[in-house]
Amino acid sequence: MLEKEGHSKISKSTHLPRKRFYRARAHSNPLSDSHFPVPISPSHVDYSVHFPQLFSSSDEGGDSKKIEFADVGCGFGGLLISLSTLFPETLMIGMEIRDKVTEYVKERILALRVANPGQYQNVSVVRTNSMKYIPNYFGKGQLSKMFFLFPDPHFKEKNHRRRVISTHLLDEYAYVLGIGGIIYTITDVEELGDWMKDCLEGHPMFEAITEAELEGDPVVKLLSSATEEGQKVARNGGQTFQAVYRRIAPSL
Amino acid sequence: MEEPAIEEGDNHRDVEVAPALISVHPDHKFIVVSIGSDLRVFDLQGGCSVTLVDDSSGPLHKDSIRAIRFGAEGKLFVSAGDDKLVKIWNANSWHCISTVCSEKRVSAVAISKDGLFVCFADKFGVVWALNLDGFDENQVLVDKKAAPVLAHYCSIITSLEFSLDGRFIISADRDFKIRVSVFPKKPLDGAHEIQSFCLGHTEFVSCLAFVCAPDYPEGFLVSGSGDSTVRLWDITSGSLLDTCEVGSQAGFLESNGRGEEHYSAVIDLCTTPDGTLVAAAIQSLQGIMLLNCNISAKSLSIAKVVSITGGSFIPTSLGTASCAEFLWMVTGVSTLHGLDSHSLARVRVISGFRISSPDSVEHEPTMLEDDEIPGGEKLLEKLQGSVSIENKVFSAAAEAVKMAMCNLLIKKQYSADKREFRKRTRNDKKIKQ
Ligand SMILES: C[S@@+](CC[C@H](N)C(=O)[O-])C[C@H]1O[C@@H](n2cnc3c(N)ncnc32)[C@H](O)[C@@H]1O
Repeated sequence: MLEKEGHSKISKSTHLPRKRFYRARAHSNPLSDSHFPVPISPSHVDYSVHFPQLFSSSDEGGDSKKIEFADVGCGFGGLLISLSTLFPETLMIGMEIRDKVTEYVKERILALRVANPGQYQNVSVVRTNSMKYIPNYFGKGQLSKMFFLFPDPHFKEKNHRRRVISTHLLDEYAYVLGIGGIIYTITDVEELGDWMKDCLEGHPMFEAITEAELEGDPVVKLLSSATEEGQKVARNGGQTFQAVYRRIAPSL
Repeated sequence: MEEPAIEEGDNHRDVEVAPALISVHPDHKFIVVSIGSDLRVFDLQGGCSVTLVDDSSGPLHKDSIRAIRFGAEGKLFVSAGDDKLVKIWNANSWHCISTVCSEKRVSAVAISKDGLFVCFADKFGVVWALNLDGFDENQVLVDKKAAPVLAHYCSIITSLEFSLDGRFIISADRDFKIRVSVFPKKPLDGAHEIQSFCLGHTEFVSCLAFVCAPDYPEGFLVSGSGDSTVRLWDITSGSLLDTCEVGSQAGFLESNGRGEEHYSAVIDLCTTPDGTLVAAAIQSLQGIMLLNCNISAKSLSIAKVVSITGGSFIPTSLGTASCAEFLWMVTGVSTLHGLDSHSLARVRVISGFRISSPDSVEHEPTMLEDDEIPGGEKLLEKLQGSVSIENKVFSAAAEAVKMAMCNLLIKKQYSADKREFRKRTRNDKKIKQ
């Protein structure tokens, strides 16, 4: 039986999932153990589930194309949607810990694929705790871009270790990023902005990207405009603080 | 509003009991057993027990010891555990030369191959390094401060090892992860460069050990897990070379028709220093399983099971020296409810722990009787707490050990109800009432 428009989670007019059916708690605690499947290793990530038009279920990882961009804590997925058409040849994935939000992004991608045949085949989302399971998804040097847009601030000092950017977690991000890969961070919380910059600045495997380079990078413009959180901040006329760094080889 | 967290090992005690541990001096000079907060040392060469001397003005251990280890050259010994103290001992005079306070309870320790750094892991998954530069065997080190070098995100680290060439530090956790990090020239600045992750275990990783391989100076890594497997890894690439299912074998041996659940978690591993033999202690196996590592074929296979008759003996820890062909085993737990003899441990030894050549029968691994053990009665009296252990007490202990190991090793899966209950009864929430 078909559901009536009023109850359907998909809007009839836009064919996109309605956000109000996917409302969730504002914050998640990344330390609590949730129950969702985790791939044993990057070679166990089933690309045919994420990119069905590009991979058949018989494809066995191997030398085939790999995911290159990761949007960590992707929220409602605005950035991924923009990146998908900007880099149509690149596989990308969003990582999100909230179940409902992940479902929303999934539906959003499916709807876009239906509405725009041939497009949005390179983008997907997964529900996971990025702070624990990034190495289960990506191998050494696999990624060329990682995004951390408007992450949860966790103000209290005792909760700083819940922040998605920290010296220790940067070790893991440096591992999954190839040399030359770029990490993009942005926030509207000045204190967190300083924190992320300090962590990156102090890390031996990252170096700041020059202003001139930032100018020429089309992705930088998306940081403050493409995501739901970014748009909210912009509407309220809030200031943003970004830190964009390149993965370098550690000096011995 | 802040959400309550279930943070492993944070506000509550996940684990009430601690297994007994054993450590053997690389030159077979001393045998150390820890049980609860008790550290027992026996001098094999002198044939006498050793009295520990603590000059560092810090207290001796006040709570369960969770990790003990000799340095590669046998000059140093480290003990650490639930009392958050890391004690560094001169492994000759048995004076404590330094006591370092950790912020959290300590779950694993390792000493760098050059003997310059002691590393320890805490219950929050952070590995710390302590510089021993200027270490003088007879001098007390003061004001030593550890620096954090790497972290597993909020997962208890169960084992820390250095690769055979000392270039890498390997950390295993209670999730299923094994991380191989380059141990840098200046460790106090952090071990930021990850060489590989060894991923394949589907349950907690309980133990790590190294196997020598001629063309691989770093050695091959073997790991044991709650998934009832021992796995062989190439640490430079992180690739899984072989998986040996030990659970089915151990379960089969134990099968007694009672249909009870088998806990075949691998508890500890020990390798022959110059060879390729791996001894495994397994949850449901009374005895030891010996595995053969074939370096050229890069494979692991079950070679033999040495079973222990007379009293149920499931080892909680294994140790060996670099020279002697003895495999030392201990079983015991810190507290046994309902038993007075709370610091009971049982020590057993297997001789002929080396690759057996086909034509020498006398070198087959054999379980020694108590009167055949190096150190004899004196050693047993010191390390066990008593020469002979009454059978009744002993089998009760074995049961308790079994239970304790289950609780210790099997990660708690909280039901939704329990989760709610734990949230409501958390210490920090209770205070408000
Ligand atoms: C403030 S939102 C920003 C979302 C999005 N990047 C944007 O700019 O609109 C932060 C997101 O990170 C997610 N998150 C927090 N911790 C996470 C973790 N450990 N793993 C994955 N996602 C996480 C939250 O659920 C939330 O959706």
